[in-house]
Amino acid sequence: MGGFLMEKTEYLDLFKQMILIRLVEDQASALYQKGKIGGFLHLYIGQEAVSTGLISARQEQDRVITAYRDHGVAINCGIPPKVVMAELLGKATGCSEGRGGSMHLADVTKNFWGGHAIVGAHLPIAAGLALGDRYQGNDAVTICMFGDGATNIGYFHEAVNLSKVWNLSVLWVCENNLYGMGTAVERASAVSEIRQKAEGYKIPNSHVDGMDLIKVREASLKAIEKVRVNKTPYFLEIETYRFRGHSMGDPERYRTSDEVRCWQEEEDPIGIYHKYLVENKIASREDLDLVEKAAGQEVQEAVQFAESSPEPLGEDLFKHVYVETE
Amino acid sequence: MARITMREAISKALWEEMERDPSVFILGEEVGVWGGSYAVTKGFFDHFGPERVKDTPIAESAIIGAAIGAALTGLRPVAELMTINFAFSAFDHIVNQAAKLHHMFAGQMKVPMVIRTVSGGGRQLGATHSQTPDAIFAHFPGLKVVAPGTPEDAKGLLKSAIRIDDPVLFIESATLYQVRGEVPEDEQLIPIGKSKIQRPGKDVTVVTYSKMLETSIKAADLLAKEGIEVEIVDLRTLRPLDMEPVIDSFKKTNRAVIVEEGWKSYGVGAEIASRIYEEAFDFIDAPIQRVAQKEVPLPYNQALEQLALPQVEDVIRAIREVL
Repeated sequence: MGGFLMEKTEYLDLFKQMILIRLVEDQASALYQKGKIGGFLHLYIGQEAVSTGLISARQEQDRVITAYRDHGVAINCGIPPKVVMAELLGKATGCSEGRGGSMHLADVTKNFWGGHAIVGAHLPIAAGLALGDRYQGNDAVTICMFGDGATNIGYFHEAVNLSKVWNLSVLWVCENNLYGMGTAVERASAVSEIRQKAEGYKIPNSHVDGMDLIKVREASLKAIEKVRVNKTPYFLEIETYRFRGHSMGDPERYRTSDEVRCWQEEEDPIGIYHKYLVENKIASREDLDLVEKAAGQEVQEAVQFAESSPEPLGEDLFKHVYVETE
Repeated sequence: MARITMREAISKALWEEMERDPSVFILGEEVGVWGGSYAVTKGFFDHFGPERVKDTPIAESAIIGAAIGAALTGLRPVAELMTINFAFSAFDHIVNQAAKLHHMFAGQMKVPMVIRTVSGGGRQLGATHSQTPDAIFAHFPGLKVVAPGTPEDAKGLLKSAIRIDDPVLFIESATLYQVRGEVPEDEQLIPIGKSKIQRPGKDVTVVTYSKMLETSIKAADLLAKEGIEVEIVDLRTLRPLDMEPVIDSFKKTNRAVIVEEGWKSYGVGAEIASRIYEEAFDFIDAPIQRVAQKEVPLPYNQALEQLALPQVEDVIRAIREVL
């Protein structure tokens, strides 16, 4: 822990972020079943420590870009739960004004450059973000998150290779949740330890347990620092597990309910962090109960805000197609 | 006015914009040390340096993806794809990323980038290197597709493409690079999305663009000897499509032939013809004719390739058909 200590309020804030993500998604799941959320809905439940730890380690100028399982990342980057919820409901008050939906949350003012829904396609874009920073002399790191499934597509290899050839300041973060949709990593990838793929591009790399927020945060702080100082890419594999299906309506034939239950009972990232805070006397159970209560209140208000928000106007259908005609 | 080649006009536009705006840079395969596979960026690497004229791996998704990312940070990348046939390898990044980000994130992101590429056949490069799939790219809202047919238009349109905040696919024709034309010495910006009458006439309207402008002009020259006056409307931009000069011309001539280098099915001609039917039905005096590539992958053999490509005689035949 040396060098990574935080103030109590910061520890509590990270706890709150994880609780917010889980509660927002519980609500989203319910709203989806009621038909109030359309399209695809990919829940992050189980993986909260990954983005919470990772994004807590970034500086303001560092850019974040991720794939379609993006609700957690959005909240960690500072988009208020009510704005996330409004986007899920397709409302005009959503961060993408109802144009994006679940898979396309973003707030560039918070340096969150989006959820992206085509597997692997945002990796070359991440290289470009870092290229832009290099060109303009910005001391920024681009943090690019993607799943294990994305490492089997060509975009991954083109982008990772380019980042090394041009020495771009990108932190490649593979969230290995063991399944690409319903296909286990070893059934889709030549190597099941994904970070080995970085070796082929001479990119330094490491692996961390993604269910433990403190470990993720430590590994992320080190990795981001390496990228910033060395001005070269780094590859961090974070092993995690999603507790819910790939998306809503996943029959989950590819894994047993025992396997899922085992992870939920023994590896719940919120439980692990809760225990860590109490055992190390960083916070009391009462402190954490209060945080949970406040988060619960905030999420209730978020749902009310989203439900009572206006729909986008039909007359704005053609808005944002081109910059030039705006 | 100076008579310069299409290649020189495009090169000048790039050079002037890079001199004017430090946020403009070039990336692509062989754009730097080599000087561009069609020599458009010859001399750029030595003058502007490796940071502004970036050689890339042969990795089209990485080229376009990196250009998109750099554009999101406020730069104005000009990405070169050696030919439009390689754009298929970057298809997702062109039509699914560059064309979508601004809208999908409600205007938060801007993608002010240009993709320069080369379309068209006629050089015995075989089926995979000779296509004219321009219409495919023009299908997607969010992207602008420009395809000039003269050096003057190429220069003025490319400068505009670099300056606007939307992604532009800028389609050049390899067989036009040596064509010369008058280009004003002083700076001229030609707006994207404006069709132009390249030749006035009263008897028939020919609608065309890019390489087929040259073919259509040759046909018009030959017909002029018989007293047939062909009016040629050059689309110059495929999206957004400016139909006004086409409709105005058609209302005058009541006859139209559309000439494109790509395949006829689902092509530019199909689009223009239906727009004329929709917007000027009462003015139609003869069924609209389309001249296009025959529906076959382009063969290597020169005679076979030319047989498949639209020729001056095909344009003349189609014009006679509507008169």
